[in-house]
Amino acid sequence: MDISGPNSVAVRTENVCRHYQMGEALVRAVDGISVDVRAGEFVALLGASGSGKSSLLNLVAGLDRPTSGAVIVHENNLAELSREQLAKYRLHTVGMVFQSFNLIPRMSLLENVELPMRFAEVDRRERSALARQSLERVGLSGRLSHRPMELSGGEQQRASLARALINRPKLLLADEPTGNLDSRTGTEIMELIRSFNQSLGMTVLMVTHEEALAEKYASRMLHLADGKLVNDLSNDGVRGISSEPMQAPGPGGKTQ
Amino acid sequence: MKLYDVADLAIRNLRESVFRNSLTTIGISVGVASLVAMLSLGIGLQQLASRRLQKSGLFDTVVATSRRDLRNFREQREEGPPPAESPSLDEPARNKIAQIPGVVEAYPDIRFVTEVRFDDKPHLTMVAGIPFSARSNNDAFDGMQGSFFSSDGAAEVTLQKSFAEELLGITPKPGTDNTNLADLAKPLLGKELTMRYAERASAPSSPSLGPSNSAAYSVVSRQQALKIVGLTDLDPDSLRGTARARVFLPLKLAQDLHVMQPNLRDTSASDSPSYTSLSVRVQNPNQVPAVEDAIKKMGFSAFSIVDATRSMRQFFAVLDGFLAIFGSLALAVASIGIVNTLVMAILERRREIGIMKAIGASDADVRGLFFAEAGAMGLVGGAVGVTLGWAIGRLINFGMNIYLERQHFPSAQIWSVPMWLVLSAIGFSIVVSLLSGLYPASRAARLDPVQALRYE
Repeated sequence: MDISGPNSVAVRTENVCRHYQMGEALVRAVDGISVDVRAGEFVALLGASGSGKSSLLNLVAGLDRPTSGAVIVHENNLAELSREQLAKYRLHTVGMVFQSFNLIPRMSLLENVELPMRFAEVDRRERSALARQSLERVGLSGRLSHRPMELSGGEQQRASLARALINRPKLLLADEPTGNLDSRTGTEIMELIRSFNQSLGMTVLMVTHEEALAEKYASRMLHLADGKLVNDLSNDGVRGISSEPMQAPGPGGKTQ
Repeated sequence: MKLYDVADLAIRNLRESVFRNSLTTIGISVGVASLVAMLSLGIGLQQLASRRLQKSGLFDTVVATSRRDLRNFREQREEGPPPAESPSLDEPARNKIAQIPGVVEAYPDIRFVTEVRFDDKPHLTMVAGIPFSARSNNDAFDGMQGSFFSSDGAAEVTLQKSFAEELLGITPKPGTDNTNLADLAKPLLGKELTMRYAERASAPSSPSLGPSNSAAYSVVSRQQALKIVGLTDLDPDSLRGTARARVFLPLKLAQDLHVMQPNLRDTSASDSPSYTSLSVRVQNPNQVPAVEDAIKKMGFSAFSIVDATRSMRQFFAVLDGFLAIFGSLALAVASIGIVNTLVMAILERRREIGIMKAIGASDADVRGLFFAEAGAMGLVGGAVGVTLGWAIGRLINFGMNIYLERQHFPSAQIWSVPMWLVLSAIGFSIVVSLLSGLYPASRAARLDPVQALRYE
């Protein structure tokens, strides 16, 4: 897996803004956030509803483009990528899990996990083996031909994790991954995410509004309010790859 | 995405809303069916007309005559050697003409007026020799009663309907043309009639005069028994106007009889006959002018009716155009159905499109998927439509033939679905479907994933 060294910057936002026009009003969903995330960090994005944490995650995921500022992931400025390049970035560099799992209901788990490999044009036989492996890793080897609706929420989220990791991304983005799960199942999912973060050295950016969950698993917590970064805390209680929060460098600044 | 995956996902998607997609596909099928049915009738009618005209010999026959024939009024206006120096239209000349590229056959025109006796009553009529090839290429023999000659030299005759009526003493009521051919055939087929004719026999040659004495011949009165084997409704000899024959012999037999023909210049001896005229049948009407030129260069007169098919072809091109436009209207309506179905599918699968984009699908992947769905509907709709159109065409043909039979006309194939029509109808259906898929596919591809994922 091509993960840069532990001190390199995986994600950097430079004064990034995302503003929407809602009728007469201008909504500043993300309003000038500058932050660096090191490779291998487990970062929780915290904040109340509407604080801009999901919008920031979408910008890093390449699902949305900033109104101004820059989002640089592994030295790629996402704002400069074409739609085609952005799709490739989503396919190979990031894996996403969502609160509502977002599995395709009429496909079996195996087919759901295989789907990103179809876009990546992986050979048919190879992708079936890889998808089985990935589902096995999240403990779903007995559920390959089940459809999402036939599974519990926890199982669906695990399948969703298996899909997110199938193309071996450098960055795992999770949007309220435990939001629809009970606390026991939520803990199971968080343990899985932590294991991927630690064993694969994968950078994790997780949106959550559960402070306790963040404190338990994240190595760093970014608090957002009204689209702005209001607090950046390292979590010394968590053994992450990096525990030192980094300040965003000035304009033109690069990774030290 | 690989083509296989695009096709696989598209088929899965189509199967998911099978009822709606089937209705859309039926819409396309009806459109294609109407196009195919219309064009198959247009093509069928065109083929029927050109077959009739070709078999009439009007457009694929060149008549070659010798310029020595003083009765040939055309010779004065034609280029080439003067009549006296023109070569004789004999057997070597016939072989030479038969070898001109494009010529199918060249046969002498043998016809004479003579007396035919049936039931001891004499009837005077024009008798003509018919080449054996006429069995398949003269449509007068298509709907005949009885059969064609058993061989080229058989002592058999076929009669034209009016002569059969004369033999039986039937006078058709004026204004009606409905004497049943089968009723006429019953008392005549298998019977014999006797033809009396004048044979032109070569005179014993005198050695002192040498071989140039070919002009000497004698006339012997003979008779020949002939078996009636067939009756035709249409006139096999329709080209000849007033010189039309009503009794037909196999050409070989007619030649072998050496009947004295009413030709002033027919002075050759029987062992080296010179013909009054030759009918030269050409493979394709387009080749007629070239063959005509070649015959003229050989020093004979030649004439044909060319270019008369051009206006007919033009008429059918216009007819086919109109039929295609009307047929395509239904397909145009069906294409709106495709747009509707796919736009509905985008609304329904909005979230799914969002998910696919979030996990890495490119605009091209999404566009390709919708395109493939449109194309698949076009392909299936086209194939079903061609089958349906073929069936409709057959049905119309069947109904029309029942009608023709009631009107005492021979049956006809007024419907034709050539392979090019099958393939181009399916191809056209796919192209129309893909065009209809253009807008929905690009709309799906442009979908904002953040918006789409929010959609419930």
